[in-house]
Amino acid sequence: MSATGPLSDEGLIRLLDRTGARLEDPFFSQYAKDLTDDDLRRFWREMTLTRAFDNEATSLQRQGELGLWVPALGQEAAQIGSGNAVRKPDFVFPSYREHGVALTRGIDLPVILKMFRGIEHGSWVPSEHSFHLYTLVIGAHTLHATGYAMAMDRDGLVASGKPENDGAVICYFGDGATSQGDVNEALIFAAVNNAPVVFFCQNNQFAISEPTTRQSRVPLADRGKGVGIPSVRVDGNDVIASYAVSNWALQYARSGAGPVLVEAFTYRMGAHTTSDDPTRYRTRADEAYWAERDPIARLTTYMENAGILPDEYREEVAQEAKGLGRRTRELVKTWPAPSKTEMFEHVYAEPHATVDAERAWFERYERSFLEAHS
Amino acid sequence: MTTMTLAGAINAGLRAAMERDSKVLLMGEDIGPLGGVFRVTDGLWKDFGGERVMDTPLAESGIVGTAIGMSMRGYRPVVEIQFDGFIFPAFDQITTSLAKMHYRSRGAITLPVVIRVPFAGGIGAVEHHSESPEALFAHTAGLRIVSPATPQDGFDMIQQAIASPDPVMFFEPKARYWDKGEVDTDRVAAQLSSEGGASSATDEMAHARVAREGSDVTIVAYGPTVRLALQAAALLDGEGASVEVIDLRTISPLDTETVVRSARKTGRVIVVHEAPSAFGTGAEIASRVTEEAFFHLHAPVLRVGGFHAPYPGSKLEHDYLPNLDRVLDAVDRVLMH
Repeated sequence: MSATGPLSDEGLIRLLDRTGARLEDPFFSQYAKDLTDDDLRRFWREMTLTRAFDNEATSLQRQGELGLWVPALGQEAAQIGSGNAVRKPDFVFPSYREHGVALTRGIDLPVILKMFRGIEHGSWVPSEHSFHLYTLVIGAHTLHATGYAMAMDRDGLVASGKPENDGAVICYFGDGATSQGDVNEALIFAAVNNAPVVFFCQNNQFAISEPTTRQSRVPLADRGKGVGIPSVRVDGNDVIASYAVSNWALQYARSGAGPVLVEAFTYRMGAHTTSDDPTRYRTRADEAYWAERDPIARLTTYMENAGILPDEYREEVAQEAKGLGRRTRELVKTWPAPSKTEMFEHVYAEPHATVDAERAWFERYERSFLEAHS
Repeated sequence: MTTMTLAGAINAGLRAAMERDSKVLLMGEDIGPLGGVFRVTDGLWKDFGGERVMDTPLAESGIVGTAIGMSMRGYRPVVEIQFDGFIFPAFDQITTSLAKMHYRSRGAITLPVVIRVPFAGGIGAVEHHSESPEALFAHTAGLRIVSPATPQDGFDMIQQAIASPDPVMFFEPKARYWDKGEVDTDRVAAQLSSEGGASSATDEMAHARVAREGSDVTIVAYGPTVRLALQAAALLDGEGASVEVIDLRTISPLDTETVVRSARKTGRVIVVHEAPSAFGTGAEIASRVTEEAFFHLHAPVLRVGGFHAPYPGSKLEHDYLPNLDRVLDAVDRVLMH
């Protein structure tokens, strides 16, 4: 697998190799220095829970309980590592596969499934979690993230002189999104406004079926060069490096130094969505190669060797994961369908004559059936 | 009362809104030192600075997308799209993000963004500088679409649009920018400073205006065609036909009540707009009038609009656009019934 161009592993920051051995980086090691054994156990727990939830959601889709599911399988390290570098008053703009990041932001994971069950389009209040709603329009939210970061800057939340009060935005998107005009415009707007935003691209190597070579002939991180944004490639299957690089990038942005582009090189171990069939466009050999680089297995090996993953803890997390799966399954089935008139709610913040008239008509129409039967 | 041009009234309205609320920002191409290609933001950069009158990179999607992000933190960006025909790179941000964020967040997020669009033709411009794309946006729920025809409305409605919690697309008839009129600058200030001002401003902006009363024919117009409709009405007055002119002011929501009330009175309705007739605002009005005033009608609802052809070179624009002869022709046709 000695790929070149956008699929090469050249220049990847790595602090934990695939055998679970710790590596040093002359610059980035210091940004993981603060990690305690407890932190690593938390990372391990969050990665394990994310995967358990993910697998449960896939099962629920297969059983017809969800219209669609978007697995994050294989991307847990990139998400948990970066998510743990976020703190108040940072703000996160996810794409639609950031279930691991959602967990780090305190979102109760099953709630994500309301969207995939077709109950509503968003199920948390973004300001309560500093975590925006999922965005399905590829790349559109990178501009919202940039504008939000420009506003944080104006609000005095950047380079305030008290680094502990400073904040930045981190925005997630994929390799496919880098071809979108909006992502390129976001890089430009962020650059010329020196906006405190970390663009976190998870290059999972596939935009549904298209390999990253259909999006680029150079590593995606190179896109930052043209707009003057410092860019880093990190091994996205290495949770420690993902944390360290994100930690640095967020500190850099909070300090008023401007935007950063991070490319986390990873692999989508599952399908794009439950409607996808990866056997049509990739080989078993590829999948086997990446199975050896599983982000959770790597961390497990390291922690076992370091003696910081005791059996009792593993068992405790295994039970928690099982419980999360069970609760997810039960909860999904208890959610009532929305009332029919909910489709007219919140179209506008102020009354709108067309919505009001159509709603009134619809209510009369619905009532006519009741009257016909009474 | 002060005499102002439409452009001057919008400029004064922007200034008043910026003085009233420090969260109001202007964003767009060439709106800073230059004052915009139509000079609508003239002087504002000098007085409010580049932080509040922002010259942006030349990318419409980027302007609207970053405005959305800024409004998520409580800012009230007023975006200028330089010309109607250049709004399409932002079409996605406007229709999939701006229009839907309040809905998809179940009311948790409001996006008080105003998008100003100098629109419509008649000024001898080159390709893509004379279009009327309002119906494309009116078809999307979540947006308010308005168009002032007079300096008074330019002054009032830009401030009401900024005060509204909903996204508003503000279509400015560029051919009317230099028309003058009397403007009362006190009334809207009182409205906006009173309790519930934003709600009453949004509500007022959602209503049409009877620009001239009449009894035989109703002409519905908005933006650049209001003056044309009034010219037709004045001319016909001397020929014994009494024409009522409705200045729609708002396309979304459409003030069906005002239009239908007039239709019931006159029994004859003509809609005049510069946008192509096919699948346009006039078609929607014809449909609503038919549904709600069918038995009061003496004649089919007629449309006088642009044709289903790209906007032509300027040597042909006065044949492409509704003009006095075509409006009078339509009046003749409805009066035959």
